[in-house]
Amino acid sequence: MPTVHLFHTCLVNEFFPAVGFAAVRVLEHHGCQVNVPLQQTCCGQPAFNGGFHDQARVAARHTIGVLEGTTGPIVVPSGSCADMLIHQYPVLFDGDEAWRLRAEAVAARCREFSAFVAEHQSGRLGHLQATVAYHPSCHLARGLGIDREPRAVIEAIDGTHLRQVDADDECCGFGGLFAVKHADISARMLDRKIANVCASGAERLVSCDLGCLLHIGGGLRRRGVTMKVQHLAELAAEALT
Amino acid sequence: MSTFQLRVHRALDDSKLAGALANVSAQLRTRRTLAFQSLPDADAVRDHARKAKLDTLRDLPAHLATFEANLRANGVHVHWAEHAEDCHRIVLEIAAQHQVRRVAKAKSMVSEEIHLNESLERAGLEVVETDLGEYIVQLAGDRPSHIVAPIIHMTRADVGRVMHDRIHTPMTDDPATLGRFAREKLRQVFLDADMGITGANFGVVDTGTICLVTNEGNGRMVTTLPRVHVVLMGIEKLVPTLADLDRLLKLLARSATGQKLTAYTTLISGPRRGGDDGGPEAVHVVLIDNGRSRLMASENAEILGCIRCGACMNVCPVYTSIGGHAYGDTYPGPVGAVVTPGLRGLDGWADLPSASSLCGACRDVCPVRLDIPRMLLTLRRDAAPTHAPRWLRLAMAGFAAVVARPRAYRAATAVLRRVLRRSAVDGWIRQAPGPGRAWTTARDLVAPASTTFQQAWRDRGVR
Repeated sequence: MPTVHLFHTCLVNEFFPAVGFAAVRVLEHHGCQVNVPLQQTCCGQPAFNGGFHDQARVAARHTIGVLEGTTGPIVVPSGSCADMLIHQYPVLFDGDEAWRLRAEAVAARCREFSAFVAEHQSGRLGHLQATVAYHPSCHLARGLGIDREPRAVIEAIDGTHLRQVDADDECCGFGGLFAVKHADISARMLDRKIANVCASGAERLVSCDLGCLLHIGGGLRRRGVTMKVQHLAELAAEALT
Repeated sequence: MSTFQLRVHRALDDSKLAGALANVSAQLRTRRTLAFQSLPDADAVRDHARKAKLDTLRDLPAHLATFEANLRANGVHVHWAEHAEDCHRIVLEIAAQHQVRRVAKAKSMVSEEIHLNESLERAGLEVVETDLGEYIVQLAGDRPSHIVAPIIHMTRADVGRVMHDRIHTPMTDDPATLGRFAREKLRQVFLDADMGITGANFGVVDTGTICLVTNEGNGRMVTTLPRVHVVLMGIEKLVPTLADLDRLLKLLARSATGQKLTAYTTLISGPRRGGDDGGPEAVHVVLIDNGRSRLMASENAEILGCIRCGACMNVCPVYTSIGGHAYGDTYPGPVGAVVTPGLRGLDGWADLPSASSLCGACRDVCPVRLDIPRMLLTLRRDAAPTHAPRWLRLAMAGFAAVVARPRAYRAATAVLRRVLRRSAVDGWIRQAPGPGRAWTTARDLVAPASTTFQQAWRDRGVR
């Protein structure tokens, strides 16, 4: 059984541990043995996006060091954290040849969760009666160019149907610190996203980024809308039970 | 609250603005998508156009020298303006030299940037904007809020009211009627004007040609009827050859308005020559720096490749939420968030690069593939030490102190989780403490887990 390493991300660790277990369940279903490197902390994305590159480099060096202690694929259940590791680390070490090469070597082993699952998916993926609105997060769809794969995973579940969401490629307004620093602009974007998601008629909202789901889920609850909000890993794990 | 945030609040409170922005930007997005379907090799054209613009910028002084020589060979007078005031002075000198009283202007963003109209009017000149949108803006005493659709923030009824109040049209919101009245007024402006002022969409280096694209025909009137024509152009507007211009024109109209070409594409290569039965006696080109050299020397020099199509505004979820006026200067939207701090400095403008979710829609839509999110990140880096709020700088110092020490990191996040969980009811937080309060103005916050994934994973191993 091939071993994969789960870079679980902060949001899984601190807010949504169930997503971590769901990801493990799905990866094991695909014949992987899952290792969780327990020295991992944060990839540094919030610092990097906030303009604090020195602080982001501290996080990046640590993360690279931890992941270098492993071999084989590193699976990341987040489009934005995966984009940080794959696309932003090499930028962060631009001008520091040694670290840039180390960053690139780790980046080359990183796989975003839905893309990894889609790549290893053959046949059907369990059964679950559900109608799903899929939210393509910006860093996943635009940053990593991964959009077909998560939809394919959803469609591989018997009984699960994808609903069309208007303007589904428009940002939900999360943007990390943006949702705090410019909370009112972010809220306006959230209003539009929620209106479109609700209009889809889906029972649940699925995404591959917990940042978006933290945001949209919190927005739905504030507006009194009851809709199940879950990570793709949770949907797939539910279909496999 | 910063002045930016005040402007944002004003915009978000304006429900009419929200409707107007949603309608027009959606129309422009759809038209753009359709227009690109008629350009089969779009990716290759975009690559070529990007290369043409960026290669020229890389060797700008040499290209500017060639352009100047070719303009002069065409009988065009060339002036250089380092700052806004230099440009004001130059235009006033040209006006004095030709005994100009009345000025007809076609659309020019750089003239907005340097506040030219105010300066000319102070000197006693009569200045009329002849692009319909800009004309309404001028009548209303307003500012444009989009570089292609200057009155995107106004409804038809707003336009009708402004024209009724200012030029006494009958009260109506019928675009055809209003357009007819404007045309009659402007016809006389063209005929009476002594000087025409335009911008330039492109300057072609190897022929010394000025290219203007317009849809209303006012550009043709302004460049042919008055005795003097003055072209204002930023020094970044150059393209090497007419063949490069062809690629850029294919992209510009498609990206801006969803047209294959604008109704009028005007190429100007000098004043009236012997035998011509029309055209101005003199053509002057003012090449304006106004901060561009400083931007050129920065890491964000690439933004000078912008061809001002406005497509990034139409797809930007921030722009379509707050409109152009909130950005506070001439160039709004994603491109403005890079250009404005680039031209004016970060002081007073540091909010602009932070007001983005980095969604990347602007990068995808840009006809010359400018990586605007990357440039916003660069500006954030430059702004962080001096302009970030104190709580954030402290938080980041704390983050860096623990992030490479897993035990300390776990201890620190455990404290944060405990603090947040204290505010939770039924697993949800309605009012978060500290800076998180901003989040809970419009959304609930799910409470952090009592046991982290790592802890649960370790426990699983034990079990």
